[in-house]
Amino acid sequence: MTQRKAVALISGGLDSLLAVRVMQEQGIHVEGINFFTGFCVEGHTHAIRKKDQKKPKRNNALWCAEQLGIKLHIIDIIDEYKQVVFNPKHGYGANLNPCLDCKVFMVKKAKEWMQAHGFDFIISGEVVGQRPMSQRKDTMPVVQRESGIDDRLLRPLSGKNLPPTLPEREGWISRDGLYDFSGRSRKPQMALAKQFGFEDYAQPAGGCCFLTDAQYSVKLADLWNSRGSKEYELDDIMLLKVGRHIRPATHYKLIVAREEGESNFLKGYKKQYPHMRCTSHGGPLTLIDGDMSEDELQQAARIVARYSQGKNTPQVELEFVTIAGEVTPMSVEPMPPAEIPKEWVL
Amino acid sequence: MSRERLDCHRLLCPMPVIKTQDRIATMQPGDELEVVCTDPGALNDIPAWSRINGHQVLETTTRDGEYIVVVRVCQE
Repeated sequence: MTQRKAVALISGGLDSLLAVRVMQEQGIHVEGINFFTGFCVEGHTHAIRKKDQKKPKRNNALWCAEQLGIKLHIIDIIDEYKQVVFNPKHGYGANLNPCLDCKVFMVKKAKEWMQAHGFDFIISGEVVGQRPMSQRKDTMPVVQRESGIDDRLLRPLSGKNLPPTLPEREGWISRDGLYDFSGRSRKPQMALAKQFGFEDYAQPAGGCCFLTDAQYSVKLADLWNSRGSKEYELDDIMLLKVGRHIRPATHYKLIVAREEGESNFLKGYKKQYPHMRCTSHGGPLTLIDGDMSEDELQQAARIVARYSQGKNTPQVELEFVTIAGEVTPMSVEPMPPAEIPKEWVL
Repeated sequence: MSRERLDCHRLLCPMPVIKTQDRIATMQPGDELEVVCTDPGALNDIPAWSRINGHQVLETTTRDGEYIVVVRVCQE
């Protein structure tokens, strides 16, 4: 008998780990697919900050694949994904998270991969009722319909709560071997993990996408507002994850490193953005996004000085450095915190 | 057999892994790829990706803020 092949959407969380193992128990050959949108939350992103550098730096999707003994294909969808973020047909969630459109898009991409590589169906770790947008009983069929995958999408953890799929009807897998998980409780998954012998897995904590984060969404909305249109490049959305973002005017903002790790990270952007650095005191590297007048340059320097170790001194010496490396020495009075309006700090 | 170099400066994981994966797809068994990164996460992720896809990591080095992984392409 031909061994059937499934491609699994692997986020790196517990649900996809379990969904794959359930299929492996039924003799299905599984390979994983993981999509990188640019907004994915990874341990490394946090590890930019020096205080977080001792945290594990593993990529959870790769780690899951290794635990399961399956191949993992990581696909860069950064550019194609922009249309999902800009114009979600089903709207945004609580923040700028287009969860339902995102799921449709990812299943559609996985379907293309499945067809190109001769696989038979797709599996995902979705659980009915677990997420407010994309994992509801009424929205799950939307994903199947709009992605075009129809009944070749199997959710092993909730399969018994859903209509039979093609792999079940064709006898490729047994419906009896599926589960009937539903709702937001994680207890059934944790019990199943224990049964399978998985002791170490990514703990669910606030989703796997920065677009679900309120603070991040504010910064992204600000970026679009300042540019007058919804657009971004990978560097833009990476920089939104780092530093204090302070916008004194629509046409420029400062990205002020909060500590040494972030300063080191921002140094990598010195050829793309002008920057400021303190010379008389310890202080954060600050990138400048946008064009400034002479007065605004002084204003920016005073803000940067406020975050330096010279913040309580009468004068702080700084350098303003252009992309070409031209250096302008500056000497300014640090701006008192009370003079920085709250709305400037994103 | 050839040795190629892949520049992943400033890229945060998983981009170095994706670029490694895509470059190796164009190489032949026995070829070697030297991946030069600035994200320390690459020291974990590129070897993990290599293990699950059947390639061999020959060397991992840290030098002056660079993280270098050398992978030998194996028959998948």
